[in-house]
Amino acid sequence: MSSKAFKQPWTLRTASSVFVIAWLILAAFPFLWTLWGSFKVELDFFSKADWRNALTGARTMAEHGSSFTGNGYSGAWVQEEFWRAVFNTAIVCFFTVAISLTIGTLGGYALSRSSYRYTFWLLITALIFRAMPPITLVAGYLLPFFEWNLWGILPTTIVVLVAINQPFTLWMLHSFFQKIPKELDESAKVDGCTQFQAFRHVIIPVMWPGVITTGLFSFLLAYNDFAVTSMLLEKENQTMVPKIASFLGTTQTEGNVMFAVAAVVSATAPLFILVMFFQRQIVSGLTQGAVKG
Amino acid sequence: MKHKTFFWFILPTALAMLLFIALPIVSVITQSLFTPHEQVFKTVENCTPFKCTQSTTIDQEATEALREAQPLGRFVGLSIYLDRGHLAFGEVAQAWQSRDGFGDFFNKIGNLPFYRAMAFTLSYTFVVTPLLIILGFMIAVAVNSLHRHLKGLVIFFSLLPMIVSPLIGSLVLFWMVDSRGVLGTGLQWLLSNPDLSLKASTGLTWIMLMVYGVWHSAPFAFVVFYAGLQTLPKDTLESAMIDGATRWQQIRYVVIPHLMPLVTFVALIQLMDNFRVFEPIVGFNAEAHAQSLSWFIFNDLGGETRLLSSASASSVLTILGVAILLSPVLIRTWRDFNSKG
Repeated sequence: MSSKAFKQPWTLRTASSVFVIAWLILAAFPFLWTLWGSFKVELDFFSKADWRNALTGARTMAEHGSSFTGNGYSGAWVQEEFWRAVFNTAIVCFFTVAISLTIGTLGGYALSRSSYRYTFWLLITALIFRAMPPITLVAGYLLPFFEWNLWGILPTTIVVLVAINQPFTLWMLHSFFQKIPKELDESAKVDGCTQFQAFRHVIIPVMWPGVITTGLFSFLLAYNDFAVTSMLLEKENQTMVPKIASFLGTTQTEGNVMFAVAAVVSATAPLFILVMFFQRQIVSGLTQGAVKG
Repeated sequence: MKHKTFFWFILPTALAMLLFIALPIVSVITQSLFTPHEQVFKTVENCTPFKCTQSTTIDQEATEALREAQPLGRFVGLSIYLDRGHLAFGEVAQAWQSRDGFGDFFNKIGNLPFYRAMAFTLSYTFVVTPLLIILGFMIAVAVNSLHRHLKGLVIFFSLLPMIVSPLIGSLVLFWMVDSRGVLGTGLQWLLSNPDLSLKASTGLTWIMLMVYGVWHSAPFAFVVFYAGLQTLPKDTLESAMIDGATRWQQIRYVVIPHLMPLVTFVALIQLMDNFRVFEPIVGFNAEAHAQSLSWFIFNDLGGETRLLSSASASSVLTILGVAILLSPVLIRTWRDFNSKG
């Protein structure tokens, strides 16, 4: 607030600070609470008797002799083999991001450099595809995948996730490439490059900011997907999110809820780190589409 | 760009979308017109020396052969769409004829699974979307007046509810509002009702899911509006101030009109995303009280008996819903493109 005229009276300033603090608590507190509680036993995390037990860990102390326990984590990671799900998620995310960026960059670049009418129709089709809930497509996958024995394995899921990712990737990269001046690759073509060479030597070196931003969102889509991965992967190949959902089915026995809590915290941690490092890119990615608004 | 070069550049992505989005849609539509074969029965005569009995058994071989020959099943036309699990025209007509006032009619309709899912999906979409826009706007205005160094921190924490998987986010909240969790116990204490459980009543479950929806998507609106506020024209604001506009009038007549295009953008994206609401229902374990269209499809597909035909019919109806929801955008984009030439 540079100018004095814009200075707010103190009542308004206090009110807005209180509001921001309330929002911060609303946004962050559930995660901190779950993180803290994941090191307790179930009777502390869900303590009907006294909510302070969740903070002090009275029952955990009684059971394990210390107010923190890693039982939930060891149960989830070792006993329930959550590490397998983490490994699968890593594979799925890596390949989904790599493939969808590769083919998305080519497509997005072409869409931004062609002025024929069909580019419009391609983009509109992509928009419609983007709007469809992925679960509506799953019924169409199952029969052929069963028939050809493709169901349940990771490569199938990766390819499906890449395809579902494409509409969004295309829109994002298309609007990003439009901001790169056409004169750049046109002058390269005047110098005798083919279109692909112009892309290879002129566009690729300057496209990384946009590609990284798009990649982050592709990653989030693959990482967070539940509808497709839970339907298309068999039990051993499950990624983290469907694995956590399957923990829930067996929560009736004591202790299992804490496995799920520990697994949820384990699955949130990478996202936490991601936001920490790429906050600027995520924000710019979210607003990029809005600029065209 | 030449047609040929364009073709080669676009080929991989177009192929991926064609094979794994367009074809599945065709396949979903086809499947919704077919239903699995009925089992083939054969009548066998068992004769003992004294008398002969006829018994009907399932002819496994013939059934298998029929399924092999026509894996899609038998053609039933639109009848799956019209059955009780979907549009249920018969039941609707009956409810209309025997209606006892509109309340009763809607009650009866509400007992049909498809309409129940539809009712929740639409109420969720049209309650959550405006609320999250308002909340996002308020946060954006409040954060914008903060000190520069605090802004980054606030944005970091604000992004969290949006970035985590919907399933994980809803689980985190669910464990807190569980009747044994910290918020659940707190509510029981506040309302001095020790038996209060948000899971037990339909109304409370709906409210809980909608609160989750706002919590999950408000950060998106916040970030977009916050970015919009950075480009707010200072001179307009100053002249409004010189003309004696109060703070509220400045927001009403300068800030909101400036952000209006962004509001449309956020509303459209969120309408699309809220219409597919699904994970929170699994996370909150709320399927007894609230079912969305996506959950309805998921439920048909899961388990031992994969009801492909039924799921396909629901999918087609959902896609139609999305198309209706999206049509204003499409028309607008079409106009924009034409005016650009």
